[in-house]
Amino acid sequence: MTTAPAPAIAVDLAERNRRANWVAFAVMVCLIAIAPFVAYPFFIMNALCFALFACAFNLLIGYVNLLSLGHAMFLGLASYVCAHAAKVWGLEPVSAILVGVAASTALGFVTGALAIRSSGIYFAMITVAFSQMVYFFSVEAPFTHGEDGIQAVPQGRALGLIPLSNPWVLYVFVAGVFLFGFLGVQRIVNSPFGEILKAIRENEPRVVSLGYRAMQYELAAFTLSAAIAGLAGATKAIVAQNASLTDVSFAMSGEVVLMTLVGGMATFYGPVVGAIVVVSMQNYLAQFGEWVTVIQGVVFVACVMAFRRGIVGELAARAKISL
Amino acid sequence: MLRMLLLPRFAGEDSGSGFSPPPRSGARGPPEGRWRGPGSRARRRLEVNLFGHVISLPQLYGQLLIGLINGSFYALLSLGLAVIFGMLTIVNFAHGAFYMMGAFAAYFLLKLTGLNYWWALILSPLIVGAIGAVVEILFLKRLAGFDPLYSLLLTFGLALIIQGLFQYYFGASGLPYAIPKELGGAYNLGFMFLPVYRGWVIVASMAVCFGTWLVIEKTKLGAYLRAGTENPTMVRAFGINVPRMITLTYAFGVALAAFAGVLAAPINQVRPGMGADIIVVVFAVVVIGGMGSILGSIVTGFVLGVIEGLTKVFYPEASNTVVFVIMALVLLIRPSGLFGRTA
Repeated sequence: MTTAPAPAIAVDLAERNRRANWVAFAVMVCLIAIAPFVAYPFFIMNALCFALFACAFNLLIGYVNLLSLGHAMFLGLASYVCAHAAKVWGLEPVSAILVGVAASTALGFVTGALAIRSSGIYFAMITVAFSQMVYFFSVEAPFTHGEDGIQAVPQGRALGLIPLSNPWVLYVFVAGVFLFGFLGVQRIVNSPFGEILKAIRENEPRVVSLGYRAMQYELAAFTLSAAIAGLAGATKAIVAQNASLTDVSFAMSGEVVLMTLVGGMATFYGPVVGAIVVVSMQNYLAQFGEWVTVIQGVVFVACVMAFRRGIVGELAARAKISL
Repeated sequence: MLRMLLLPRFAGEDSGSGFSPPPRSGARGPPEGRWRGPGSRARRRLEVNLFGHVISLPQLYGQLLIGLINGSFYALLSLGLAVIFGMLTIVNFAHGAFYMMGAFAAYFLLKLTGLNYWWALILSPLIVGAIGAVVEILFLKRLAGFDPLYSLLLTFGLALIIQGLFQYYFGASGLPYAIPKELGGAYNLGFMFLPVYRGWVIVASMAVCFGTWLVIEKTKLGAYLRAGTENPTMVRAFGINVPRMITLTYAFGVALAAFAGVLAAPINQVRPGMGADIIVVVFAVVVIGGMGSILGSIVTGFVLGVIEGLTKVFYPEASNTVVFVIMALVLLIRPSGLFGRTA
């Protein structure tokens, strides 16, 4: 009786996970390909932007256990900057998106450097306050046009060639951006850097005692998350052709938490599923007005009380794989 | 020189929505017709030149007063949050919703049962506190063993439910709540007019804050509370019912919010969104003061209210953000807040 069987099981498990992930990814890509023929393409594009946003948020809560309750600031700022760059500076969409991402990355670095010094609830509160600061900045700053927001953002030609005003081209573009961000998150989590992040999640003092500067890793994760959230926001500005206060609001920060919680924290596919559930809920329940808020609250409470693993987390736990 | 003016309502009272200063108050001084005001020569004396800004003194006093009023609410709300955080180590995101429910309770006590403001001041915190106790027993207790972030998310969800329901039934607009007769009118302080009700809010808030501080820091009950925060198992070994203490602590923190809600009802109308408007600033106040610090939350609440008021005079564009800027600065120097113990 040696230890020989154990590694075999581990290898087997890793193999199963890899296969499950390939299947899941293939299913997701197929669904994205079919979706515009089944549902309203604009709705799917919007959902994909939110899914990417939730993936960015999940990078923090799921893999570093940092709850940011102000993630809307990255989505919103990038959205404003991208819209401004495209409309006022006349940049083509890809550059405009990159400018937006740069802005949210910078914001992520600065706020992260301050917030990361604390953890847990303190961290959450500090991010709330920062996002509120960005919100009021967006209300007051002249370029955001306050309550009106930036309207009629031109979609233009990506890289000067590809006309994004064609809805099909735009759809492919958005799907591409989403997959890029999604795989980016996966790459980060599965890299040696991601292993250290997960180690920090499990036991921060031990990681520090092993000689890693945990804070720098956390800051890097926070900045990366801000960048990806910014990518989602900037793309959304091009898709929706506007940037408004909704995207910077505290409610939006809450929604992304809900998406991730519903889908399943610390799973790759959870935030995507959660985002689609929440966005569809808003879309199809819109006629009930204020009830949407109430239903969201009920889902929130139900998830926290009874359903902490979320949809994908629950499925994965049943199938004994990790997605 | 205090002269009671028999004005039914002071200029600006009841006219503003939210915590923004009513445009008329202070800026123009006392209501026209009542008090002619000094002549042009004297009026010039009411202005000071500061860093190139011309600041009229009545405006300065007016904003200081509004700052103190807002500070009263910040202090009461952040005190409730601090009490809850100290005992349960959760941030009560539903605090703003309970504050709003306090104001609505006062409104309904008057509308349905005819119980006036003074009754509401006592009953409304009791009612809302009881609701808080139920929430604690039904939900928060069951999350006790999990990551505190789950409790935070739970209160967040509850806030959405409560707010959504009230918004559905009452819309976004405000319901009026009159200032009690005994507190109508205004004092003439010589340099400005102080509406009696506003003076009362400041006094009442300070008294309740001081009383809470006294109970927690100086009495046996407070000693149990503080001990329960440090080491619940040990306190339980002394024969104290810690779970019930936790329930009552949550109820008390929530009742403080409801009390603030009743105080606010005559100043700002009773609106479903009133809690959501103020609560994030209160979170910043809590972070600046140091999470869970009783004294810190009271002092920071009042001070930040005044600073916010002053900002409205000197640099109005920044008045909404000044609290958050201060928060960032404080965090740079003291990550655990001004009064907080190092985490």
